[in-house]
Amino acid sequence: MFNCKTSAEVGGMGHSVKRKEDARFLHGKGNYVDDVKLPGMLHMVMVRSPYAYAKIKNINKEKALAIDGVLAVITGEDLAQYNLHWMPTLLSDTQMVLPTDTVMHQAQEVCAVIATDRYVAVDGAEAVEVDYEPMDPIVDPFKALDEGAPLLRPDKENQKDNHIYHWERGDREKTDKVIADADVVVTERIHLPRIHVASIETCGCVASYDKDTEKLLVYLTTQAPHAIRTVVALVAGHVGLSEEKIRIISPDIGGGFGGKVPVYPAYVVAIAATFLIGKPVKWIEDRSENLVNGFARDYHMDCTLAADKNGKIQAFKVKTLADHGYTDSSANPSKFPTGMFSICTGSYDYEHAFAELDAVYTNKAPGGVAYRCSFRVTEAVHAIERMVDKLAHKLGKDPAMLRLQNFIKKDQFPYSSPLGWSYDSGDYEATLKKAMEMIGYDDYKKEQAEKRKEGKLMGIGISTFTEVVGAGPSKDFDILGIAMFDSAEIRVHPTGKALARFGTKSQGQGHETTYAQILAEELGIPYSDIEIEEGDTDTAPYGLGTYASRSTPTAGAAAAVAARKLRDKGKKIAAYLLEVSEEDLEWEVGKYFVKGAPEKSKTIQEVVFAAYTNIPPGMEPGFEATHYYDPPNLTFPNGAYICVVEVEKETGAIDVKRFVAIDDCGNIINPMIVEGQVHGGLTQGIAPAMYEAIEYDDEGNVLNGTLMDYLVPTAVESPHWETGHTITPSPHHPLGAKGVAESPTVGAPPAIANAIIDALTPLGIEHLDIPITPAKVWEAIQAHS
Amino acid sequence: MIPAKFTYHKATSVKEAVALAESLGEEAKFMSGGHSLLPMMKLRFATPEHIIDISKIDGLSYIKEEGDLLKIGGLTTQTEMEHSKLIQDKYPIFSDAIKLTADPSVRNAGTIGGNIAHGDAANDQPALMLAMRATVIAEGPDGRKTIPIDDFFHGFYMTALEPTDVLVEIHVPKAEKHSGGAYHKVERKVGDYATAGVAVYLELDDDGVCREIGIGLTNVSAVPMRVERAEDLLRGKTITDDLIKQAGD
Amino acid sequence: MKHEITLKINGETVTAEVDSRLLLVHFIREHMELTGTHIGCDTSNCGACTILLDGKSIKSCTYLAVRADGSEITTIEGVAEEGSNHPIQQAFHDQHGLHCGFCTPGMIMRSLDLLKNNPDPTDEEIRWGISGNLCRCTGYNNIVKAVKQAAKEMQQEKQPAV
Repeated sequence: MFNCKTSAEVGGMGHSVKRKEDARFLHGKGNYVDDVKLPGMLHMVMVRSPYAYAKIKNINKEKALAIDGVLAVITGEDLAQYNLHWMPTLLSDTQMVLPTDTVMHQAQEVCAVIATDRYVAVDGAEAVEVDYEPMDPIVDPFKALDEGAPLLRPDKENQKDNHIYHWERGDREKTDKVIADADVVVTERIHLPRIHVASIETCGCVASYDKDTEKLLVYLTTQAPHAIRTVVALVAGHVGLSEEKIRIISPDIGGGFGGKVPVYPAYVVAIAATFLIGKPVKWIEDRSENLVNGFARDYHMDCTLAADKNGKIQAFKVKTLADHGYTDSSANPSKFPTGMFSICTGSYDYEHAFAELDAVYTNKAPGGVAYRCSFRVTEAVHAIERMVDKLAHKLGKDPAMLRLQNFIKKDQFPYSSPLGWSYDSGDYEATLKKAMEMIGYDDYKKEQAEKRKEGKLMGIGISTFTEVVGAGPSKDFDILGIAMFDSAEIRVHPTGKALARFGTKSQGQGHETTYAQILAEELGIPYSDIEIEEGDTDTAPYGLGTYASRSTPTAGAAAAVAARKLRDKGKKIAAYLLEVSEEDLEWEVGKYFVKGAPEKSKTIQEVVFAAYTNIPPGMEPGFEATHYYDPPNLTFPNGAYICVVEVEKETGAIDVKRFVAIDDCGNIINPMIVEGQVHGGLTQGIAPAMYEAIEYDDEGNVLNGTLMDYLVPTAVESPHWETGHTITPSPHHPLGAKGVAESPTVGAPPAIANAIIDALTPLGIEHLDIPITPAKVWEAIQAHS
Repeated sequence: MIPAKFTYHKATSVKEAVALAESLGEEAKFMSGGHSLLPMMKLRFATPEHIIDISKIDGLSYIKEEGDLLKIGGLTTQTEMEHSKLIQDKYPIFSDAIKLTADPSVRNAGTIGGNIAHGDAANDQPALMLAMRATVIAEGPDGRKTIPIDDFFHGFYMTALEPTDVLVEIHVPKAEKHSGGAYHKVERKVGDYATAGVAVYLELDDDGVCREIGIGLTNVSAVPMRVERAEDLLRGKTITDDLIKQAGD
Repeated sequence: MKHEITLKINGETVTAEVDSRLLLVHFIREHMELTGTHIGCDTSNCGACTILLDGKSIKSCTYLAVRADGSEITTIEGVAEEGSNHPIQQAFHDQHGLHCGFCTPGMIMRSLDLLKNNPDPTDEEIRWGISGNLCRCTGYNNIVKAVKQAAKEMQQEKQPAV
């Protein structure tokens, strides 16, 4: 495993130091957005549409305004006076802040009620009378392009149908030819349904505009405070909110998972409300509002995988239909409408691939958030990992052996994938073999053979995935034109203690600990002497935020590079203090010493003190550094997951017996935190695999808009996770780290699906879409017996 | 989610509760644990004008054997049932069901009486009561009345209880030798309402022949359902796997 | 309609006027300004609002404040003396049983009730015992470990010094 360079007291990389941020959470002293209380604060509640698609004929505010304590009802017409009723999405589409004439999905914001009290605001929202004229919605994305389908976005110039965009990568003709000539071809339509991040804290904000200072302060549940500041300035600049007057504070965040990247309409309404009223306005989403707004996944993928008769994979092709709801508000880098979906060729070495995608409008909520996933990697990995298993079953080959046969080999890195990525590093064979050994793969294979003889259903499922994270190199990756770098600013105080600030924002990942460990590693200052701050745009350096596993690859790298700048400066100071030349000095954690005379040394603390008190002539005083890190490439974490299940024939009940996850996330900063992230991601992997999906009826009504019916796994559904690591450091990251938190969410669903389908294989069942529930299994068993 | 406005009334005795219900009329609702009613009020599916809190009434929380009966006070919480040595030792059917009802914190508040009186076919206790041929004791303006469980459930959230009746006690047959029961529930995840549930209560004679059987189903129709056909098939017979399968068909 | 209620919260007796419909969680968070108790789902599924009412864990989002009249309430803020850790808090820290911290107060309050009724639970009993408390971050492994550690330490504390 990882060799620690620092002592436990210094707590650099590789030490499982306990988290610095825990104390406040354990004592109920966390500060989440709903905990913010400002003098004179008003409360906002949204009125939402009961219909999926309807004309708004009239909004009658009278009864609401008659309620004691209701101060205002804000409609789309009100916002239209300021041209604030629409806002741009990150992908150059447009989204309503509040509608003026039409609602496009159930639970869309219709108007906002502002009141002195949360309870009164809810009463006010109940009392608003909206006259709707319901229309027939488009719910099935496959019908969105039918002739005669209603044109959902007549507001958009040149929009003649409900098609949003076509995207493709790879060589269609060659891929088709290889598939046509192949010995073995497997095909499948795979749907990854709509799911929701369902962080336990919902979204919300407290917006406060001071008419005297003209400053806007917004406490916001956001993973990307700086980007939000810029977006607010771009959206509301014309009414006088310019960027230097906007302060976004992202306080403690109760889980983000991608769901707290977008700008939700209610944020904008709250900002408009405080701007107009001049008092702070709080909006806190309730759970039902949360679950029916925003979503992840919802790709329908027609997959084809071709191989020769020996099982050597030759080509992969995927044609996808993406249901984006009524607007494309995907939180993707600008040049990547489908995110990193082209990672879909997987961990395997073959030449030919083609991926294409068409996105359509429907009468569903917009979203397309990167739910614990670096922009559509989950969809990509599910497609290839299901197809590889299907191919193994068709060939009658062990899925593990088929994978080992086709893996990109260790010495092939950096590896150019057929769809254009340059995989940085990995040792897929070692990772899978470690997983097989840890779970006892061969024994389970024997047990399965025995059980099958008895007519029992037992399955073993594998997923060997490659992620692509850490967006990203600015030549390719930007959000609204802003390059996706990230930042670190370090101030070391005269007494050798430090404060460091970052452009990212932790939502539970433990940045206050891991960033301190990176600095401890680089500077030799104990992690406990380093304070970490994020989330306040008035103080933190600009960065694009925390999502897509980018914090360690970008801000973590920025921390290392900034610290190295300080170390260079420190060397000059140490040389001055020791009266030697810089070339005579060597660094070991925490001190500079004279080569060949280690007793002549200066500790980092002594050097820092001198930077303020005994400055070498001509040198700039102080000991501070800032770095904005623009990564040269993405990182490619990978892993091998194996799941063993048993299925009860009579009821379809699924019992996950074992689950082993081996991750390769490069060098590890804090093994305890990495393991914790993997555990959490795995539970967020079993969730869509077996429990969660947002369901709609034909009228576009959401059928499971509370946690009574949207089935977030408890400790009972969540198995005991077994984890381990292989380490192939990223060759281009300053710390050799890759990012980890999303791998389990990406890698677990196909391992579980493959296991369940493997169990059902003797019955002739070849595929089931997730979530694979007992009811779905039972129906499949009935249909196949 | 906030309930609509209502007026809260605390009853300290059953008589006071009944009198309050009489004076407040149709728009009043009793609340014991509140875990069925309050979520509906927060979602504004239910908007009663008055809530009469019966949870503070003393003396309605007990589990005791008397004569041929097990008597359960209407305000006995699910947790009190779960932790009762008597229940664990002699009435495992309750342990089966309660472990699968909601979760421990909800069970700390939720009462057995409320679970039945709510009249929700998705609740677990009604099927148990059907299987055990329980009797519900209610107190209303005219005093106590005894309602056999088969006359209790009338429809979707509708029971034999008048709006002025408080469910005060439940009677089930005392456990004898060769008697027992079990509850099996299919749920989407732990604590979920049953996709379907089945409660079975059996009494055998010394020769192992089924003397009496009760089978109640959860959440398969608008009211908790007794499966008479299967009961009739099994009653008076020595129960075999084949017979059980026939009963299931 | 307003009702006067008197209750003990974290050892302090308070009297307050509350509306019939005021939910206990809002009384705790907004009237008492004890914001460690959170709201996650509104429908008594997630357990973020779990507190102890007369020693038993309940979901304060599904309980009327007026009904707490005469009760004794403990919230996360009352679990340990300021600046110190109860063994359960220490165990969550030691075992990395929290990430974002939002479910943590409820999880801890529920665990306290669990350990009171079952001082030495198995992994399985812990999982069932916290099944009314959702955590979206940790995957539960380390929460189970934390509750086990706390169980051990709380039992040792009870034993007289050798």
